Amino acid sequence: MGTLLKRHRWIAPVALLAPGVLWLLVFYLYPALQMFQSSFWSGTLETGFTFSWDNYTNYTKALTSYAPMYARSIMYAGAATVLTFLIAYPLAYTIAFRGGRFKNLLLFLVVAPFFTSFLLRTISWTILLSDDSPILRVIHMFPGVPPEFRLLATPIAVISGITYAFLPFMTLPVYVAVEKIDFRLVEAARDLYAGPWRPGGAIVGFIVGGGLATVLGVAFEWDFLITGLVGGVTGAAIGWFFISESFVRVTFPLSVPGVFAGSLLTFIPAIGDYVNAELLGNPDTTMIGNVIQNKFLTQNDYPAASALSFMLMAGVLVVVAVYARILGTEELSASAGRM
Amino acid sequence: MAAATTHPTPGEARSAGTRPRGGARGVLGRMADKYLLIVYSALAVIYLLLPVFVIILFSFNNPPGRSNFLWSGFTLKYWLNPLGVAGLGDAVLLSLEIALISTIISTILGTLVAIALERYRFRGRAGVNALVFLPMATPEIIMGASLLTLFVAIGAAPFFPLNFATILIAHVMFNISYVVVTVRARLAGFPRHLEEAAADLYANEWETFRRVTFPLILPGVVAGALLAFSLSIDDFVITNFSAGKTQTFPMFIYAKAKIGIPVQVNVIGTSIFLIAVGAVLVTTLASRRSNKR
Repeated sequence: MGTLLKRHRWIAPVALLAPGVLWLLVFYLYPALQMFQSSFWSGTLETGFTFSWDNYTNYTKALTSYAPMYARSIMYAGAATVLTFLIAYPLAYTIAFRGGRFKNLLLFLVVAPFFTSFLLRTISWTILLSDDSPILRVIHMFPGVPPEFRLLATPIAVISGITYAFLPFMTLPVYVAVEKIDFRLVEAARDLYAGPWRPGGAIVGFIVGGGLATVLGVAFEWDFLITGLVGGVTGAAIGWFFISESFVRVTFPLSVPGVFAGSLLTFIPAIGDYVNAELLGNPDTTMIGNVIQNKFLTQNDYPAASALSFMLMAGVLVVVAVYARILGTEELSASAGRM
Repeated sequence: MAAATTHPTPGEARSAGTRPRGGARGVLGRMADKYLLIVYSALAVIYLLLPVFVIILFSFNNPPGRSNFLWSGFTLKYWLNPLGVAGLGDAVLLSLEIALISTIISTILGTLVAIALERYRFRGRAGVNALVFLPMATPEIIMGASLLTLFVAIGAAPFFPLNFATILIAHVMFNISYVVVTVRARLAGFPRHLEEAAADLYANEWETFRRVTFPLILPGVVAGALLAFSLSIDDFVITNFSAGKTQTFPMFIYAKAKIGIPVQVNVIGTSIFLIAVGAVLVTTLASRRSNKR
C-alpha cells in the first residue's frame, strides 16, 4: 500500500477527491446542463417531453411575459443589498473596533437568527408588520399618516423581509475585512493631520446618499426625486459632521473587499428568493422566483420554467464570473467558513 | 490602499501620538464616535433579534382560533403537547433523519476534498476549487430547479417520483461546499511538523493520519458537520423542489403559512433554537478549554 502510493503520487488526491467531486458533477453541474436541454422541450408530464431547437420560443415567450418580474427581482435585490450595506457596515465597524470583550458575543447575536427556522422568521415579520401590530399602531399615531397606510402586502414589506433575511451575509464579510485592519494605520493618519472631512464629505455624502436613496425610492414605488433629495441631504449631513479623513483614506478602502463579498452574498440569494414575496407581498410584488416556483411545482410546465430559470442562472453566472475575475473567491469562502 | 501604505511606521506614529489631536475632529464627530455608532448598532442587533423574540413569545400564545397571529394570552399547554398536530411529528422526524444522514455523508465527502485541496498540488485544482465554490454562489431556486429537471428527465425510480432519496441527494449536494471551506480553514493553520515527527517515529501514513492529523482537524470537521446539519434541517427552497409529496418540517410550516400556523410549530422552532444555541456554547467552551491546554 505504502509503496504503491509512493510510486503513483496521483492516486492519493484522486481517491480523496473522487466521491465529493463526482457528487457535485452529477448533482450540481450536470443538472444545470439538463436544465438547458429541458428549456428546449415541448410537451407535458402526461404526454412526455420532446427536445427540439425550434422550441427556442420558450425563451421568447418567457421574456415577453415575464420581463417585468426579472426587472422587479433585480430592483428588490438591489434595494435589499443597499439596505443591508447601510445597516451592516456601521454594525460590523462597531463590533470590530468597539466590541472589546463583547466581540464574540455580538458576533454570536448577529448569527443567532440562523438558529431558528428561516420560514418562521419570515412569518414573524407578517405578525410584526400586520395592520394590528404595535408597530403599525405607533406609525398611525404620527400626524399626517393616512389611515389606509399599511406595511404588510407592500413592496416595503418584501424588501425589508429580504434585507432582514440576508443581513448576516453582509455583516460577516464586512466584519472580517474591518477586523483585519491595523488600527495603528488609522492613528497614523490622524497624527498626519487627518481631520474631519467637511466639504468633501458633504459633496460625496450628497452624491452617495442621493444615489442610494433614489434606488430605494424606485424599488419602494415612492416619488424617487423626493426620496433621492432626502437621501442626498442626509448623506451630506453625515459626510459633513461624522465622516473623518482617516475613515475615507484608510479604513474604508481597506474594507472594500468585504463590502463586495457581502454584496454578492446578499444580492445572489436575494434575486432568486420567492418566500418573502410570497408571504409578505401581494400579486403586484411577484418576483421571478415566484414564477419559476409556480411553473415547476404547481403547473408542471417544465419547459417554460427551465427557460426562465436558465436565464436567471446565466445572469447570476455572469455576475459571479466578473466578481471572481476581479476579486477572487478567497474572501467569499472565508466568510462562508465563518458562518 | 495606496494612501495606507504611505503612512509612517508604527514607531513613528507612537512617538507623534503624544501630541493633542482631538481638536480637529469637532464636537459632533466625537459624539458620533462615542454614542451614535453604539446606538445605531444596538438598534441593528435588536432588528436582527426581534423576529426570534416573536417566535419564542408566540410559542406561549393562546389563540382562540386556528391562526397564531395575534397575542391573546399566555399558556404552557402547547409546550406540554408539542406534537399534537396531525403530520407535525412525522415532518420533524423526517427532517431530523435527512439532516443526520446528509450531514454524515457530506461531512465525509467534504473533509476528503478539503484534505486533497489543501495538501496536494495537482492538475485541475482550480477547476475543483470553482466546483466547490459555485454551489455557495448559486441561488437555491436554481439548484433546486435544475435537480428537478434531472429527476424528471430520468423519469424512473429511484429518482422519480420524488422521494426521500432525492431530498437526500439534494441536501448532500448543497452541504459539501460548506464542509469543505470549514475544514480547509482548520487545515490552513495546521502544524505540519507534527506529522513529520510522527513519520520520523516510524508511523505509516494511515497511523499518522489517525493519530495526529485527524485529532487536530477534528474541531474543523465538527464545525463543518454542525453547519451542514443546521443548513439541512432548515432548508426549504431546494427541498421543496426535490421532495414531491414527502413533507419535511420547513415544508409543513410553508403549507400551513397561508391557513394559520399551529402554535406547536413555534414550540418546535424555539426548541431547535435552544438546542442550537446550546451546541454552539458547548463547542465554544470545549475549544476554549483545549486551546488553554
